[in-house]
Amino acid sequence: MAAAPRKNGLLEEEEEVVRSSAPPAGSALLPPLYLPFLPPHFYQPASSHEHKLNFKKSKQACLSYIQDAMLQKQWKRAAEFLTFYVESLEKDYSKEHVGPSEMIWRIGTEILCHHSHSSIKEFNSFMEQMKTLGVKRYLKVCLEHVFHLLCNGLIDEAYQNLSLAESWRFGEQTVIQDKEIKLIQAYRGLLDYCKWSKQKNMLLEHGQDGFEDLSVEQEMHSCFRKAAVNLKEIIKIPGVWDQFVKCYVDLLEFYGDHNEARQVLQEYAYNPKFPANPNAHVYLYQFLKRQGESKKSLISALKNLHDTVPSHELMIDFHLMLQKSKKRKKRRLGLEVIFAVLDYAGWKENVKAWSCLAKQLKQIVISEKHLDWLKQEWSSRKDWWPAFHFSRYLGKKNWQENQSLSYEKALVAGILLGKDGKYFKYVSHQGCKARMKRFRILKKFVHKHNPVYMRISGLSESSGQP
Amino acid sequence: MDEEATRDFNERCAQCSEVNWGLTDGGRFYCRSCHNVTERTREVVNTDFITNTRVQTISKGSRKQEKTDGGCEWYVCEGFQLVLKKQAEALEALGVCPQMKDEVLWNFWRCYLQRSKQAYCIRPAGETVKALSVCDSSTDVDSDPERPSLLHVLSLSESEGDLQTDNSFASSTSKVSECTSLCSGSVDGSLYLKKNQKEKLRMTMPMTLSFCYMALLWLREPVTLSDLLRFVVEGHIPYLNVFQHFPEKMKLCGVDLKIFCVESWPAYEEVYNKMLELAVFLELPRFPDITDSCFLHPDMLCMKYLMEANLPDELHNWTCRVVKKIGIGDVDFLTLVPGNKSTAKVKYDILAAAVIVVVLKLLFLLDDKYEWLLSDFAEERNKNNKEGDPYFEFQKWYKVIKCSLDAKQKKLDEERAKYLWRCEKPLFYSAKMKSKVLKRRQMVVNLQNQFGKLAGSVRPAEKPNPSSFQLSWSEENTDGSCFHGHSLKGILQEKCGLLKPMNPDYWLCTVKLCTERSCGHLAHYSREEDFPQSYHFVLRLFSFLLRIQPSYIHDEVCVIEQKLFNKKFYKKAKIQHRSSWLMFSLQ
Repeated sequence: MAAAPRKNGLLEEEEEVVRSSAPPAGSALLPPLYLPFLPPHFYQPASSHEHKLNFKKSKQACLSYIQDAMLQKQWKRAAEFLTFYVESLEKDYSKEHVGPSEMIWRIGTEILCHHSHSSIKEFNSFMEQMKTLGVKRYLKVCLEHVFHLLCNGLIDEAYQNLSLAESWRFGEQTVIQDKEIKLIQAYRGLLDYCKWSKQKNMLLEHGQDGFEDLSVEQEMHSCFRKAAVNLKEIIKIPGVWDQFVKCYVDLLEFYGDHNEARQVLQEYAYNPKFPANPNAHVYLYQFLKRQGESKKSLISALKNLHDTVPSHELMIDFHLMLQKSKKRKKRRLGLEVIFAVLDYAGWKENVKAWSCLAKQLKQIVISEKHLDWLKQEWSSRKDWWPAFHFSRYLGKKNWQENQSLSYEKALVAGILLGKDGKYFKYVSHQGCKARMKRFRILKKFVHKHNPVYMRISGLSESSGQP
Repeated sequence: MDEEATRDFNERCAQCSEVNWGLTDGGRFYCRSCHNVTERTREVVNTDFITNTRVQTISKGSRKQEKTDGGCEWYVCEGFQLVLKKQAEALEALGVCPQMKDEVLWNFWRCYLQRSKQAYCIRPAGETVKALSVCDSSTDVDSDPERPSLLHVLSLSESEGDLQTDNSFASSTSKVSECTSLCSGSVDGSLYLKKNQKEKLRMTMPMTLSFCYMALLWLREPVTLSDLLRFVVEGHIPYLNVFQHFPEKMKLCGVDLKIFCVESWPAYEEVYNKMLELAVFLELPRFPDITDSCFLHPDMLCMKYLMEANLPDELHNWTCRVVKKIGIGDVDFLTLVPGNKSTAKVKYDILAAAVIVVVLKLLFLLDDKYEWLLSDFAEERNKNNKEGDPYFEFQKWYKVIKCSLDAKQKKLDEERAKYLWRCEKPLFYSAKMKSKVLKRRQMVVNLQNQFGKLAGSVRPAEKPNPSSFQLSWSEENTDGSCFHGHSLKGILQEKCGLLKPMNPDYWLCTVKLCTERSCGHLAHYSREEDFPQSYHFVLRLFSFLLRIQPSYIHDEVCVIEQKLFNKKFYKKAKIQHRSSWLMFSLQ
């Protein structure tokens, strides 16, 4: 409003300036100069208003003090500033996306979780207040509350809260918070499962004593039904539901419904709508193993796991399984798997993994078959494995800490890098010095098969000689 | 006219020596030139006066006592009057002379009501509130001298709560409330915001402070605008939530909230500009002279700020010379003449701070090199010579001030974040909102208690004692952190019997001033700009002391520099940022 007349005034003035500065004789010939309109803020003098402290700015500053304090785990200081921040609730005409009430809920929860002087009672009363503060996230607050109770071992209270939340009705809000209600039901199902599991164990224990309690058994079955209904619902929705799936499968297996269990697990692992989840394949594999399924199906489950997590601990099992196979293709895959495992730092000092690799390499070298496999695997690693695995330093270290590890590694190093490799040289030297028989054999073996190294490294035999 | 009534009263006004008396509604004489009210009252009841309709008098009128909600009828101007009263009382408690409240501020306010045609006048035709009844009860006023008038309301205790207003308001009440659809607790709240206020200056909350400052300026009280605003923020002068003090029967709701609720601190510029507008609107005469014995004179204020900035007393000599050289100590320059566009509008506090900055630039150059060089010399000398006053060391001063300033700034920033804006008595827009608002309030209190417990004993920052000084340095401190007595000898040299600074150079903050019309500023300052760090630091110091943006001081520094160097600058005909100091000789 105020800018408009100012704008005109200025433009006129500028035009005047232009006119007067033009040469008087030619001025009639000159076309009039049209100035572009500047955005209004260029005309508005920046006033002190932008800098003056107001309610909003004061509260924003307060919020950033809280965040700083929380980052530094100064819970007392965070609580102090929060007492001043809560006032922002009273400004109810603000319609920001993350309003102060959500901030207060989140920050308050965090402080109450970490502050040394807070108690469960206090936490409960805070949560009750937060529930009344915003119906739009009523169920979220409920869930958060339940988690906190569970973390503190208050399972009965948590169950009660979940039941209450489940029966909450608030017009269309109930519909909008559909996902949250599913979660609440799922968690109730989970707690029902826990109850079931407890009763099951009790019964099994007493069953051995020849004692049976019908009512306990009945209750157990009712828990099963309650848990199964809710768990089944949640795992239909695409998502990561490891806990729910495990419990549900456990229930099904107990009651002998293996088909349903298999279906659930396969859906969980292979449905493309679900996010990629390595655990889904692990659960499926474990289930299949329990069921005594064929090697083929086990291998296919682990193949999927290998594709997503090549460093998974089940990869050793996978490799061994592949090694035993008669098919060349599978043994080829086995080599790939074990090489891939050792690409990861976590496996660097794993004797089992190294011995697997050493074993397969030895086979290849002795049979002199499939050296091309070895060459292929090695070509992408020869740049970095020597430094990553086979430095002199590591040789020394492995020798001192774990001789069997250094033995397996030295064998691998000898095959891949030849008899002059630093790692092999150091370890075999130490081994022979200590008069250990297997190291002497190792040395002999490597010296004998040194040409293999030339071949897989791409050095021809003639040019390889110094 | 009340000429007849005042004819016999020929004494000169104590304030301005004029003989131009008018009569207040309370029957006292007031000076029409300076609005000074005397203690003298008119003794004779003159019946002619009563029939005079120009001077509208006040009566209790027929105020309807009870509305449905138990509140009484009240007008927006009455609300502001109460605010002003509270503020004036607070200022009086701070030591401002009592005249300010009972005479000066009151007269300004009365004059405002009259000029804005809210009271003491005939309602002009065409007003929204048309009804006008000439006060038929005005006879009461004279026959009953004890009767409280608006003037007395200012000193009445609020428990009486029965405010006076123009009679014509009361009679027009029904009409007003009929034509308003917007809800408000006051009678004219909704009209107040709607009215086309072009020819009037609508009263706002920041304007209450403009009134206060104008009254202080009129009385030449030793309070600058930055002091006043700081007192407001520190809670010594009621401003935020001042409606708490309204009598129970004055209910605020609806648009009243927009008028009386404050969501931000008053800004220097806003209060200052409104004060100027107000002075013009009230057609005030020239304000009392600001002479060199006044607190607001730059020489005085410089002394105060030099002390507060912990700078050597000797610098005062130099600030005085700069002030004299460019004529900013002249009475005509300093005295406010409302409406006179040719005279400067002086912001006394900012001017004084800027003078000090200029002097520091003259003596120390503040180019991030020379001041440290001088400091090294002084340090060397102080080491070798322990006799007499120590030479002023810029570096030492910088360290002491920086340390103290950082700590204070941090505290201030935290206090700002911790400020509690709401009061116990929440306001609600309408009765519908009441339960919701009260519930919220309750929840806020609960949460405050809960987290307050976790935070230990935390209370909002306690009110600091009101003081003109924010930083204080005492010679009695033996830690050597007070520089008042330090000598400038190291940086001056004697030439022809005159002491001159050793510094031969000067740099200008700007070559050319902008026009306020084109960009709103005289000069441009930002923290990122390429000014020397020492300069930034000095501005930051004064910006902290005055609680204003550094850019205001920077602008003023530029103006002073222009005045100081203008002639030399253009004589040289070539633009250069550093003009020779030698060409600039002080008397």
